[in-house]
Amino acid sequence: MRAATGRPAAATGTGAPAAPGPAARPALAVDGLTVGYAGAPVIDGLTLEVRPGEIVALLGANGAGKTTLLRTLSGLVAPRAGRVLLDGDDLAATSVEDRARRGLAQVPEGRSVVTELTVEENLELGALWRYPGRAERRAAVARGYDLFEPLARRRASPGHQLSGGERQMLALARALVALPRVLLLDEPSLGLAPRVVAQLMGVLRDAAHGTGLTVLLAEQNVTSALSIADRGVVLSLGAVVVDAPAADLAADPALRHAYLGF
Amino acid sequence: MDRLVLLVSTGVARGLVIALFALSLVIIWRAARIVNFAQAAMAVVAVYVAFALQAATGSFVVALLGALVTGALLGAAVERGLMRRVSGRTPMPGMIVAIGLVMVLQSVLGILFGPKHRPMTPVLAETPLSVGGVPVLSRYDLFVLVVALVVVVGLGVLFNRSTLGLQLRASAVAPEVSRLLGVRVPRMVTIGWMLSSAVAALAVLLLVPTELGLNAHSADVLFVHAFTVAVLGGLDSPAGALLGGVVVGVLVSLVTGYASAGLAPLAVLALLTVVLLVRPGGIFAPKEARTA
Repeated sequence: MRAATGRPAAATGTGAPAAPGPAARPALAVDGLTVGYAGAPVIDGLTLEVRPGEIVALLGANGAGKTTLLRTLSGLVAPRAGRVLLDGDDLAATSVEDRARRGLAQVPEGRSVVTELTVEENLELGALWRYPGRAERRAAVARGYDLFEPLARRRASPGHQLSGGERQMLALARALVALPRVLLLDEPSLGLAPRVVAQLMGVLRDAAHGTGLTVLLAEQNVTSALSIADRGVVLSLGAVVVDAPAADLAADPALRHAYLGF
Repeated sequence: MDRLVLLVSTGVARGLVIALFALSLVIIWRAARIVNFAQAAMAVVAVYVAFALQAATGSFVVALLGALVTGALLGAAVERGLMRRVSGRTPMPGMIVAIGLVMVLQSVLGILFGPKHRPMTPVLAETPLSVGGVPVLSRYDLFVLVVALVVVVGLGVLFNRSTLGLQLRASAVAPEVSRLLGVRVPRMVTIGWMLSSAVAALAVLLLVPTELGLNAHSADVLFVHAFTVAVLGGLDSPAGALLGGVVVGVLVSLVTGYASAGLAPLAVLALLTVVLLVRPGGIFAPKEARTA
């Protein structure tokens, strides 16, 4: 399968924001971030900016530092050095839960659904901090069902009864119902059928282009990620080695061979 | 036959107190994944405060509220001041700290108040009421029964129907994911400790007037029974705690009535052994929830 085929031309053409001017403050900025042990950093002086409404695919081999980067951004891992800025504000003193409440959402890798809770309860939990009022929260949960039809049929099922695809749909819907401004996703397509992956990517693209959601998408599934991304960033040994428009990255065989392995 | 009815109904009332205390162990297990061995000693401290309040005001209602509030505050203090500083990676350090806390609290109570049992008068008469000529529950037993049922139903509503309960449940089983969803997990753990300690204090307060009286060790046997119940029912199961409490209460009442009080602890241990042999996870343990 070729990366360039099947890509909606409009995705990068109309969706990509204009070149950053002095007024376009990045939604998310990472400045000289270093994580891990001295002498063997997992993230090594990484600097990256993501503009509002932009989808950035975070690519790289296993162990390149993608998961660690996302966990550091959401506050689960403390950096040794460097800064993380959300809309220009340094998050160093902000806890994990307060970062979430400021609109920085993360869908961690794997089964992040709370399996003891029902589908409905998972969605409610996601919407809770944004919508303390019951009526508004119900409306937000309903929007979650609108995103993924299969979830509505399983609203009373406990999480452990869901299929892998349904779990990932629920994890994504649960993050989106709180209307985050920046969404970090770790390998959402892992182990899922291509049809489900396409559905997930479609929802992500709509959210970014429709509501201005900023997305940082870590993926092994390069083709899927680049099909909706505006920009691709390749990590190697905890540092950015390539930062290019997604279209260029997908179309340039030399880049693909060198960094993406296909 | 009359004797059997009396013993069973008294056993049910006593069992509900055990169930309440077991429920407090279930709450804290679900909130913080710890078996709080200090639960009884902490509850006794709260009941000493309630005792003082009753002596000062003469009101049992004030004493009851005092026990609840003191229990909750003590729970918050122990969690914030002690347990939060203990590594949560394995359950062992927390348990050892809890056992240490038992020794400290019981010694301090002993130093302050001595070994004597202070009698607490029940608010209502303890003489059994007769139904059709058969003596059954006393007014006090009925009061205990009503309070226990109200607390059980209230906790059920709190955990299953409120957003606080949703956050408490989510924080307990998936703390990291909950934090990523903006849930203030450390606060939820504190609230879990407060709820649990308040319920335990209430259980001990209800029990003390029917026993020898208030003493640093007043709740030791209750803890053993309730711990048995919590393990029998599965530490994750409020329904198990409720039913198990009643079963153990009736068992203790029957063995005490027909054999001797000295055999009652043995009967409880025998029950625990049999259940653990047949269902090691507890009778009501859900298949995948039980991990420790």
